[in-house]
Order: sequence, then C-alpha cells, then structure tokens
Amino acid sequence: MKFFIDLHLCPNLESQKETELMIRRSAELGYKAVGVPLPIKNHKDLAKKISKICDEAGLDFISRIDLEPSNAKELLRNLRFLRRKVEIISVKCMSKSVARQAAKDRRVDILFFSPLDVRKRFFDSAEAELASETNASLEIDMAPLLYLQGHRRIRLISKLREEVYIAKKHDVPIIISSGACELKLLRKPGDLASLGYLFGLDPNDAEKALSENPREIIERNRKKLSPNYVAPGIYVIRRGKDCPDG
Amino acid sequence: MPRRLRRRYIAVKVESNGEVKKEDLFYAIWNNILKLFGEYGASQTDLRLIEYNPEDNLAVIRCSHKSLPMVKASITCVTRIGRESAALHVQLVSGTLKSLKRKLSERIKKE
Repeated sequence: MKFFIDLHLCPNLESQKETELMIRRSAELGYKAVGVPLPIKNHKDLAKKISKICDEAGLDFISRIDLEPSNAKELLRNLRFLRRKVEIISVKCMSKSVARQAAKDRRVDILFFSPLDVRKRFFDSAEAELASETNASLEIDMAPLLYLQGHRRIRLISKLREEVYIAKKHDVPIIISSGACELKLLRKPGDLASLGYLFGLDPNDAEKALSENPREIIERNRKKLSPNYVAPGIYVIRRGKDCPDG
Repeated sequence: MPRRLRRRYIAVKVESNGEVKKEDLFYAIWNNILKLFGEYGASQTDLRLIEYNPEDNLAVIRCSHKSLPMVKASITCVTRIGRESAALHVQLVSGTLKSLKRKLSERIKKE
C-alpha cells in the first residue's frame, strides 16, 4: 500500500474537537501522514497538541507554516526566523515579486497560489524555471474544485491545466493536497488523484503528487533538521565514544 | 463499432447527514458530469445506477470503460445530494458486477 500524504489539512485549530475529527477521518480515508499549517505565533505548543492527536490516530504529523508575505523583504525576514523551526515552509504568493523571491529561495519548500483569484496565480515559465533550480514544489489544493461553481471553477481548472503543463515541462514537482477545512471536503487519496484528470494530470503522476513528491520534501527536511546535519552533504556520523581513536 | 461495449462497475460509499434517495444520488452524479464535461461528455458515459443499499450506504454505478476517469472525477466532485451536504467515496472498480461483489465481500471480511 502506498504512503499517501495530505500536506494541507486545514482544520479550525481553535476547535480541538473539529481538529481531532478531521485528523481521525484522514486516517480512516487511508492517509499515513498529514501536514497541518500552524500559525506563526505559538506554533510550538500547537504542534505538540496536534502531534499527540495524530499519534493517537496512527498518523505521522508534519509541521508546516504557510507564509503570506506582502513583499519580498517580509518573506526573507520570516524565512530567517522560521526555517529551522518547522518541517515545511510554504509560501502563498499574492504578488509577482513574492512569487519570484519564493521560487529562487532554497528555504522555500512549496509554492502555493490563490485558488479564488486566478489573476494572482503567477506560475509561468519564468517562475517554473526558478523553482526547478531550487527544488520548490507547486501545490494544488483540491477543495476549491469541490466548492467552487460555474465560471470560477472553469477558470481555475483551465489555469491549473496550464500550470501542470508548465510544471511538467520544467520538472517542477507537483503536490496534490486536500486543502480541506471541513469534514465533507475530505476525500480518499484515490479520489483526489482522479480529479487530476480535469487538468491533465495522468493517474501515475497524480499518485506521485500524493505520495512520493511530498515524502521527498519531508525526508529532505527532516534530515536537515536533525542534530547530525552540518551543511549540504556534511553529516555527523559518529560522536564522542563512537569515534575511533585517532 | 465494437461488438460489445466494455463497462466498468463502481462501488461508491455515500456519506450524508440526511436520508439519501436513489434518484437524488443518481441526479447528483449526473449533474456533476453535465457540469464538468457537458452533454457531449455525458453522452459517452452510459451511466446507470445499478443498485443502492441505504442501510450500508453503498451504491453500484455502471459506466463505459472509456469514460471511467470522467465518472470518477464527477463522483469525487459531489458535495450535495438533494438538499443535504454529502460526500461520495469510490470504494472499488471492477469489470463485472460479479467480481465487484466478490471483491466487496472479501473486503468486508477483512475489515
């Protein structure tokens, strides 16, 4: 069985009951790990609480912070402050300058664009080229495809088709997440993958976007956050008494 | 023209707060196919609701083999059945009704 990950589960963190229900439901639906976006303030306490709920449900918890900076400077300041504190940093790009800065910064794991305003989706070829160099991934939330209607959904699907084409062309990893903020928007991993058909993502790629791609980011970042990490390519293998005598 | 149309049978779990009628379930899926793929797309699906068991909340839907991705995407997009909010989850897909039922009973035994 594949290791499916929902990297963007968005329960109302103020209600513990709702958070618990959504995490349990994710486990029932077949996910093995969930990423819950934490607020910048008191993210440590909330991470502990949610991690406990996930342990009880048999899920792996991935700590994540969604940044929504108004300019590139603010993004850099937040990255400096938060990078070593959570496993995943995603940036919701609401302006072109932020999108470009996020795509060229190695500390950003995920690029995320507004599902409601298609004009603010800045994922074009230039953005994809920058993102492919820094290994940043493009995240697609599926919940808007379920709750949007009429021409707004049509425009979103059309834009997603264009973005998926560009991402494939430039080898930018795609991540499919639920983006669900209520129970009724949660779907099985297979069902989310089947929605990929709407914007030209074949079943294999869609499955990869729900399992291998998010897993790669998590493993990479967990290695970096471990105390044995020194610099890219340099790890502590032995310490103290484990070291052979000179 | 092929001699025999290849079909797919889909077992779907229905999740809703209220009681779900067979017709409402079918129209919820049908409307989503129409919204997403239009009348031309809908004409290719050959969609039928074979059975619906309100006790288990399990429905079996038949469609043409070629339209399976369209039907699966439409099933996932259902958020409302009748007046109640709802969600549909694809449980299994099979080529014959007999094998679908066998696989379903095997799965129930496992659980």
